[in-house]
Amino acid sequence: MLRLLKIELQKLWLNRTSKVLIFISFVLPFTVLVLSSIKINFFGFFTLELGELGIFNFPIVWHITTFFASQFKFFFAIVVVSMIGNEYSNKTIKQNLIDGLSKKEFILSKFYTIVFFSLCATILIGLASMLIGLYYSSYDEPRFIIMGTEFLLAYFVKLVGFFSLCLIMAMWIKRSAFALAMLFVTYIMEWIIFGIVYKISNIDIAWSIKSFLPLESMYKLIDEPGRRIMMSKFPEKSEIAYDYAVHWYEIAIVLGWTSLFIFLSYRLLKKRDL
Amino acid sequence: MESILTINNLTKKFGYLTAVSDLSFTINKGNVYGILGPNGSGKSTTLGIVLNVVNETNGNFHWFDGNISTHQALKKVGAIIERPNFYPYMTAIQNLKLVCRIKGVDESKIEEKLEIVGLLDRKDSKFRTYSLGMKQRLAIASALLNDPEILILDEPTNGLDPQGIHQIRQIIKDIAKNGTTILLASHLLDEVEKVCSHVVVLRKGVKLYSGRVDEMISSHGFFELKSEKHDELLALLENDTRFGNLKVEDQLITAFLNESMNASEFNRLMFEKHITLSHLVKRKESLEEQFLQLTDND
Repeated sequence: MLRLLKIELQKLWLNRTSKVLIFISFVLPFTVLVLSSIKINFFGFFTLELGELGIFNFPIVWHITTFFASQFKFFFAIVVVSMIGNEYSNKTIKQNLIDGLSKKEFILSKFYTIVFFSLCATILIGLASMLIGLYYSSYDEPRFIIMGTEFLLAYFVKLVGFFSLCLIMAMWIKRSAFALAMLFVTYIMEWIIFGIVYKISNIDIAWSIKSFLPLESMYKLIDEPGRRIMMSKFPEKSEIAYDYAVHWYEIAIVLGWTSLFIFLSYRLLKKRDL
Repeated sequence: MESILTINNLTKKFGYLTAVSDLSFTINKGNVYGILGPNGSGKSTTLGIVLNVVNETNGNFHWFDGNISTHQALKKVGAIIERPNFYPYMTAIQNLKLVCRIKGVDESKIEEKLEIVGLLDRKDSKFRTYSLGMKQRLAIASALLNDPEILILDEPTNGLDPQGIHQIRQIIKDIAKNGTTILLASHLLDEVEKVCSHVVVLRKGVKLYSGRVDEMISSHGFFELKSEKHDELLALLENDTRFGNLKVEDQLITAFLNESMNASEFNRLMFEKHITLSHLVKRKESLEEQFLQLTDND
């Protein structure tokens, strides 16, 4: 396993483009740190300080930071797609197999890299949230800190799932740019399916079906936190209440898609003549 | 003899096109094999199948004694097929380190192998800055990293300039001298004739011949003769059962032998018959002539 990871990391690390993209995708989520320290001064009348709004309190901070950070997953998605696309365009995939890498090992080396990267990203965002929380939060008892760390797990699963989708798109289409375009097509397809189901039944069924589709199921792992902030500010307004928790079945759906994507990538490569 | 690769009834179809049809042969340790065939005869497809990049339609093959999986076996094989494929943004050294990791061999041999192919002074240049000849030589260095049991080369001199071709051939000859088994696919006959002891001849995916090169040239050769007593000589040859086919072009008679006979023996015979020859050459058909005979019969 370590051997496969080392092989893939060497390929990535010596490529300047992917090195820069990896760097960006690690650094950008940390703008949340900067954001937290912003003090907006309104012409001396009053100062709006995000940190003082209570959004960096435990346990809500886990929700805010993971949601914010997952918006930047697209940078590493480019790395994933191009790490397959380059293997095809340089024909190094062929050479790798001839040199004695099995097709299974080839897919695994990519998958381990995805898991490794997602793990690093999760640990980093975990540390950052912890620091922000400890700095701003009014409650710093351990039981409040631990509460809400399931968002870190959701963040990790979300990244692995999304990058696995990128992996199979790239394995299937072989060209980086077209694979990224295909991701966008998948997004539109999910809305089309939503629309069709809505036409023939009702909106509740349409939403519940959409929540099983790949991109939506990944999105739903970490619900948008805006309304949760509103809820905490105005607890009496029950019409804005919604279910923002991370559920085991949401994780199970995404893990299901992930295994399917990896398995299909392997099948695709196995059947293909290079 | 220890077998390295055994192919049984291998068939590959691309849609309705049959690229390789019912091909069987065995490669034994220590010999230098050539796979000969015109372009599109299934050479590269066959190599692709045994190298794990093309799926066979029918038949099977196994490496060594058949007890290890193909990708494990390939770690003991060195192969270059078609164009050299490396990561353009890595240097020669970095590319070879990656190959070492894949094959699971020590990195200590990198410099030694770069020395063999004469790339040591360019070891830290990026692959994309290399000329085609250098790329091909790097591919050979990479294939040698694991001191392979067998070296597989597919058209190694394709697209190279004369110097490049000469360098690559010299490297192949040196490797063959060390006793490494080599499988060389080529449509360049003199290349195969110069280095190979065994050949497999393919046409449209069908095996036409497999065996030793010198047995492929199975005839006993022929004499090219000229004499002032042209008609007398011709009559004599026609009546002698030791000679088969006769061809006459102007004054030059080409007499094919039915059994072996050397030139001095023939000269003595003519002398006894009082025929003096003005021209006597004994030749064997070249591999090229044999090859054209084998592959051109449709």
